Amino acid sequence: MADKTFAEINAKIQAGKAVVVTADELVQLVAEKGVGPAAKEVDVVTTGTFGPMCSSGAYFNFGHSAPRIKFHRVWLNGVPAATGFAAVDAFMGATALPDDDPLNTNHPGDFRYGGGHVIEDFVAGKSVRLKVLGYGTDCYPRRELETTVNLDDLNEAVLFNPRNAYQNYACAVNTGPRTLYTYMGVLKPGLGNAHFSTSGQLSPLLKDPYFRTIGLGTRIFLGGGIGYVVWNGTQHFPAIPALPEGAPPVPSGGTLAVLGDLKQMSPKWLRGTSMLGYGATLTVGIGIPIPILNEEICYYASRPDSELYAPIIDYAEAYPNRKPGNLGQVSYAALKSGAITLDEKEVPTAPVSSYHKAREISAILKQWLLEGKFLLGEPVQLLPGPDAGIKPKSLEIRGSGRRNG
Amino acid sequence: MAPNKIVLRFPASIADKPIIFHLVKDYDLMINILKAHINPHKEGTMVLEVEGVRAEDGLAFLRDQGVGVQPLTEEIVWNEERCTHCGACTAICPTRALYVERPAMLVHFDSEACVVCQLCVRACPMRAMEVRF
Ligand code: SF4
Ligand code: SF4
Repeated sequence: MADKTFAEINAKIQAGKAVVVTADELVQLVAEKGVGPAAKEVDVVTTGTFGPMCSSGAYFNFGHSAPRIKFHRVWLNGVPAATGFAAVDAFMGATALPDDDPLNTNHPGDFRYGGGHVIEDFVAGKSVRLKVLGYGTDCYPRRELETTVNLDDLNEAVLFNPRNAYQNYACAVNTGPRTLYTYMGVLKPGLGNAHFSTSGQLSPLLKDPYFRTIGLGTRIFLGGGIGYVVWNGTQHFPAIPALPEGAPPVPSGGTLAVLGDLKQMSPKWLRGTSMLGYGATLTVGIGIPIPILNEEICYYASRPDSELYAPIIDYAEAYPNRKPGNLGQVSYAALKSGAITLDEKEVPTAPVSSYHKAREISAILKQWLLEGKFLLGEPVQLLPGPDAGIKPKSLEIRGSGRRNG
Repeated sequence: MAPNKIVLRFPASIADKPIIFHLVKDYDLMINILKAHINPHKEGTMVLEVEGVRAEDGLAFLRDQGVGVQPLTEEIVWNEERCTHCGACTAICPTRALYVERPAMLVHFDSEACVVCQLCVRACPMRAMEVRF
């Protein structure tokens, strides 16, 4: 079969003739008809994910007050935003916490309100308290300001998430003797439960593991609005590790940097989130269309939960101390079944990202494509894939304890 | 003394011991078991109505045995609007009152099975589980 092009598929979308299926549906279709016929028939497959994504945030331009003030310190509903780029711009990170949050002093802390919640409040149309401190300059004389703002008041409000849509993620367990409170949820001692966090066969980057279609300019569903892939995410490690003969390949960790107009988005798909004992974050809805340009792309996009594996990581020892190794691999089919066997013990499994909502996102994106109101964005450059040879770097602690010597 | 509703939590080490029986035999209490559940990890939870003059002594005995004792004055409400069906509560809930319907991966709340242990209230990242007094 000759490769299809983005332009050909977009022409079909505009004519209302494109064949669009969700990744769930493609799994089914390929199981029935085989990869070749499915690749011919289908033009676009839609994916989805809806989970906590800590490396998220939004930047805002608030406009100028009279007299003017240069933002030195900024709080939105008591949560500090980052400044340091011009006078009235600020960035609210999803995991930012109020200065007076008790944190983990009474472990595990609740983290009821943080940056992710501020972003949710903005998209819900609520008024947000803005507090600013300046230091006074000849051109920006004001030193203090308190007011309320809402999304419509702002010049720009842009969701900009430096690392989202993790390709694959650990299945988190706890072999230790006490309950752990992590960004993967509450992990009970003695392998009491196992938590996982991708949508498996619906998960965007598991469906294009070689980055054959996703790159700068890929148009996506982001937080209920339209967004774009603008770069690879931070900690983009797309390598597929070599495993023993016969073992399933496990894509490790490609990631995306994504951006979109916050004013289009909805609190249904951007949710402030509180991880007990860990912190606040933002749950983000992302859907990515994968054009079926050829059979190979169709093959990878159609891999089912039973062929997609996650590494099992112990959060009692290995993870916090950055020790290598894992307790094996487990398929998403097994994880979704509700229990896995580890150490001859039945361990209940639970997701921390919503498969139900991921499926809804893939269906909405499919609808947008079928209605012809969403066209594919052809990347101006694809992202580095497994063959780019990217190796993770870690932070070495140098020269500690020598200063006073 | 009016009957008193309490929630008991039994660690796995004692879940198979005949403890409740002593409330009747040694403390002369009238008891009514409203809900009882043992999970696959052998941890037990029970909602119990206790009536009798020596109720406080009976509860002190339970605590001595390592049983968690809490008054049942609250109920748990599932705010379905806020729930994203993430599932993060389902392996935490000791009685499977919060459970996943497969293969749709939809989360449901069965208030009949809930023993108001409140573990989900703080563990739910969306704050969808609420205590009502
Ligand atoms: S943890 Fe909360 S949001 Fe997630 S399924 Fe349970 S009740 Fe719903
Ligand atoms: S309070 Fe929550 S965790 Fe406890 S039994 Fe009820 S639903 Fe389950």
